[in-house]
Amino acid sequence: MCVLNKNNTVESEVGTVRDRTLFQQAWNQFKRNRRAMVGLWIITALIFILIVTIVIDFLTDYSIYDSFVIKQNLRNKLAKPSLTHFLGCDEFGRDLLLRILWGTKYSLLLGFSAVSLSFLIGGPFGMIAGFYGGRIDNVIMRVMDVFMACPFILLAMAIVAALGISTTNLLIALGVSGMASFSRVTRASVMAVKDKEYIEAARAVGASDLRIIVQYIFPNAMAPILVQITLRIGTAILLVAGLSYIGLGIQPPAPEWGAILTSAKMYMRDAWHISAFPGLFLVTTVVAFNLFGDGLRDALDPKLKK
Amino acid sequence: MIQYIVKRFILVIPVLLGATLLVFTIMEFAPGDPARIMLGNDATLEDIQILREEMGLNDPFVTRYTRFITNLLKGDLGMSYRNNLEISSQILQRLMNTMILAGAAVLIAVIIGIPVGIISAIKQYSVFDNFVMMTTLFLAASPVFWLGLMLVLLFALKLGVLPAAGMKSGFPGLLLSLILPALTLSSNTMAIIARTTRASMLEVVRQDYIDTARAKGLKESTLTVKHMLPNALIPILTVIGISFGGLLGGSVVTESIFAWPGVGRFIVDSISFKDTPSILASVVMLSILSTFINLFVDLLYAFVDPRIKSQYQLLKR
Repeated sequence: MCVLNKNNTVESEVGTVRDRTLFQQAWNQFKRNRRAMVGLWIITALIFILIVTIVIDFLTDYSIYDSFVIKQNLRNKLAKPSLTHFLGCDEFGRDLLLRILWGTKYSLLLGFSAVSLSFLIGGPFGMIAGFYGGRIDNVIMRVMDVFMACPFILLAMAIVAALGISTTNLLIALGVSGMASFSRVTRASVMAVKDKEYIEAARAVGASDLRIIVQYIFPNAMAPILVQITLRIGTAILLVAGLSYIGLGIQPPAPEWGAILTSAKMYMRDAWHISAFPGLFLVTTVVAFNLFGDGLRDALDPKLKK
Repeated sequence: MIQYIVKRFILVIPVLLGATLLVFTIMEFAPGDPARIMLGNDATLEDIQILREEMGLNDPFVTRYTRFITNLLKGDLGMSYRNNLEISSQILQRLMNTMILAGAAVLIAVIIGIPVGIISAIKQYSVFDNFVMMTTLFLAASPVFWLGLMLVLLFALKLGVLPAAGMKSGFPGLLLSLILPALTLSSNTMAIIARTTRASMLEVVRQDYIDTARAKGLKESTLTVKHMLPNALIPILTVIGISFGGLLGGSVVTESIFAWPGVGRFIVDSISFKDTPSILASVVMLSILSTFINLFVDLLYAFVDPRIKSQYQLLKR
């Protein structure tokens, strides 16, 4: 890193941008994209909320969580938004803002872990298929076609139904049902780089297949995969909320955003705020990830570079 | 052309077999012994064993799967644990209802999405374009169940102009009760179609042949409909095809909000009753449906894009 920084200062004095690393180039491109920066700021804020709520729970031994987020207080039942409760209270008199803030961790952590799991399962298959081609490729991709034939959410529902409703099973369901599309993206990006000269050079000096894949192909094929991961987090967050909404995901009284909305429907006539605000948080989160992903794609796409 | 269609149909068979095998295998993990569930808690072990033997539950996995497939081909989807009725008779009408809902959603998404995308592309960076880009950004990111709730809040509870839930009989009633669920279900797809149409049209607008056509003195409207749109159609079709599977899946949630009597709601109910055969049958049926819709879209390409057709004819020679 030190050397790189040194190089950079030299560069900026000379005034060229040619020798910057891919990451620096991408970041420069990304910074200029205002929408993408908005996305990044929102995601940073959400991660901040996530860390703060976890630290508070850790320091107070869940006493704040238990007494404000979970414990019922029927005196405030369906209270409208006011100065003491900015977003009002839910049907059990719990402060909606606190519940939403504490719910951030479900959406973010589950969304992120589900997508990572999909990549961890699907990625290696895609890499093998793309690298070796031929019969192996054919077999792997036909199996993935089968996974793609079953609509994403249905596959996830079937897995949750079979394994039973729990957070771990939800994660498995989301991870497995998302794996096929990741294997496709990985395969495509591996195929795009595997015939490059530097791969041939590595082979010429006697590098093993594993080493070529891990050390040379993977880092160079990473860009489209990274974009896909970011864009898929939004989808995964929506899916977690959707499954929780129909009762197959996170179970109440946990303040997951989709789960909050499940009960909100019954009180819609008197308390519109319970259904409006968790949804707004969900939309904002997903929009942020989409903007960030789009920006990342533009920044990493060599075609768009000036 | 017919040869192409037949070939595509044959290629679908292994995918369908695989998909049914996948769902069948997943449901193998479902907890509970079907025989015990059907006989109730006070059944003796002997009774359970006899019923297991009768139902063929003791057969090896492959035998059971083969039996499932042969029965499926005969239109027999097995018996529901919940009410001991044939699943096929319960599911058929629901499948129709889901198709009505998904079909209406696609129709709305196309009718609104494509024109909006075209206008956005022609008037790039205008106020309208910016408005469309913002709206679609949020629509594409909105959870279906939340949009549904908001639409119910506005149109059913505050304005009272549309029914909040259920499927009414009679054509006008059906149409009225279809508006909110179909609009809800279409929202994501509509946004994606509008954005894809815009992007695809923008690529076409800059082509030389558009300049040529304009230089010929063609009216802008003719130019758009006859020269730009057909060339921009392939990516739009792809998106519509991809979203159909998502729509069938999304119908699960939409049907739950609006109490729409479709397969999606049937699955959710079946899950809460641990009614494994019903879950299996519904998921398999929806997967088959979505595979055939994808096939149909693939075939449509050949009609829209003369390049694909000629490619195939070249191969034949």
